[in-house]
Amino acid sequence: MITAVLQFAQVGAGATLIQTLVKALALGSVYVLIALGFVIIFKATQVLNFAAGALSMAGAMFMTILISDGGFPLLPFANPLAPAEGETAGIVLFFVHVLIALALAAILGLVIERVAIRPMVGQPLFAMAVITLGIEIAIRPFNLDATALEGRQLGVPWGANSWDWGGAVVPKSYLVAVIVAAIAGVSVLFFFRTKLGVAMRAVAFDQEAAMAQGINVGRVFAIAWAMGTALAALGAIVYGMAPFPPGGSVSQEIHPLLALRVLPVIVLGGLDSVAGAIYGGLIIATAEVFAGQYLSQWNSTLGSGYSTIVPYLVMLFMLLVKPYGLFGTPEIRRV
Amino acid sequence: MLEVANLEVVYNEVILVLRGLSLQVPDGQIVALLGSNGAGKTTTARAITGLLDVHEGKSTKGSVTWNGTEITEHLPAKIVEGGISQVMEGRRIFGELTVDENLSCGAFTNRANMDANYDRVMDLFPRLKERNTQVAGYLSGGEQQMLAIGRALMADPKLLILDEPSLGLAPMLIEQIRDIIVDINKQGVSVLLIEQNAMMALSIADFGYVMESGKVVMDGPAQKLLNDEDVQEFYLGLHGDGGERKSFRDVKHYKRRKRWLS
Repeated sequence: MITAVLQFAQVGAGATLIQTLVKALALGSVYVLIALGFVIIFKATQVLNFAAGALSMAGAMFMTILISDGGFPLLPFANPLAPAEGETAGIVLFFVHVLIALALAAILGLVIERVAIRPMVGQPLFAMAVITLGIEIAIRPFNLDATALEGRQLGVPWGANSWDWGGAVVPKSYLVAVIVAAIAGVSVLFFFRTKLGVAMRAVAFDQEAAMAQGINVGRVFAIAWAMGTALAALGAIVYGMAPFPPGGSVSQEIHPLLALRVLPVIVLGGLDSVAGAIYGGLIIATAEVFAGQYLSQWNSTLGSGYSTIVPYLVMLFMLLVKPYGLFGTPEIRRV
Repeated sequence: MLEVANLEVVYNEVILVLRGLSLQVPDGQIVALLGSNGAGKTTTARAITGLLDVHEGKSTKGSVTWNGTEITEHLPAKIVEGGISQVMEGRRIFGELTVDENLSCGAFTNRANMDANYDRVMDLFPRLKERNTQVAGYLSGGEQQMLAIGRALMADPKLLILDEPSLGLAPMLIEQIRDIIVDINKQGVSVLLIEQNAMMALSIADFGYVMESGKVVMDGPAQKLLNDEDVQEFYLGLHGDGGERKSFRDVKHYKRRKRWLS
């Protein structure tokens, strides 16, 4: 087993390609998770959730608080499941904590929906979008105060360990990211075929007509926000596993901006398309990672962070060619 | 039996739309509600099905009673569950969903009997069966109206409120929709038929109401209304002898008050 600090220069061309592919797939998985969060909320409420950044980070914070601190501050009881001081949780225990953190994130989403979004039902969508922007700003200080500068450990059981696939270094976290995203993607696809999922799409299309069918619009909104927040939080948790950030932590530097990086993904895929979120995430991540890997000899010309602008270039091109995105629903109109 | 008694509805806290409207829909009957634009027909439908909130409307006086229970303040979902479904004006189908998914939305409150209701809708509208996996937005106007009616029937209502089902349809399709309404009524569903097409509505209704400025100004058995001179003149477009157009004021014998305000 090799400790993972990826050093591409020392491996062969084939191994480099595999490493780059896996890295693209893993980053794509993170994008897919967060994009699904956007898509669910947009599909139900027609609102682009600008609070996704702060909400997803809050979800990841819940995770670190549960597993590294062993309980929330100000609460009288500790987390009975937390691993002992200085130890790392086992794999099962880790995922149990992930589920608890997601549940907490979902509750946060429910509260926000009830307090800030529900009273706005029937009001202009623009007003709702701006409210989500306000929520982002209101939650951000809690995240930042809690992280402090050095970031918070996520306590991943497999740490930064990786496999050696014929010379290519494949971190275990990357595989976990792909599996988690695959499960989430399939579940969401399936969800939109269920009674509630179809109702959610109906609400997005015509709220009043949906109400006339007996669909409880408020409940649909609540479920969408709970699911959307939990999915975004899952993306942020996965992105806290080493070696996404070296060392594996939830940090002030990368997490608040993570949702912003997903914006090109949902624009590329189409705001209201699950398939679009999945393809968009993978395409954007591939473009970003491959550009970072194979254009690196021009670092001096392009600047060191050039790969982060690649997604936006793809988005720009996409908007020019297909304004609804790859899989977005164009307005349906008979001719 | 649906009973609306002295209902008053105000939009945005200032605009008085219904001014003491009363009507009844007895079980198993077709009742027509006629009136020109802005008379308050659609508002009546909204008030019965609990959809006033969406439009900043409120019922300030009077009551809506369904089988003895007052439902004036009930949520739309509860009203649908109680057995009143509405086919909204302008069809309002979910254009991005398929026909089957639209029908599934209609069955939201009545999941248990979904299969039976689905078969019933498909029997009534064979056209929908042919197109059940198509995106509903691409259906023709007549098919969309059928889908809207079918969707409302998926909740297995005891009372069906149809708001302008003939809107924008060709005469032949209007006849088809009319026959379907009769069929639905024969299956034991009471119908409140809101229409501008008075001829179509009165030809199948048992009883009719004529609305004007938020009130019922005339009511009676459908046959009587059909033979009424005023109704003939203004809703059926039939002019008696000579074919000469008369002034609105000369003909209407019922109350038309003139005021400076309101």
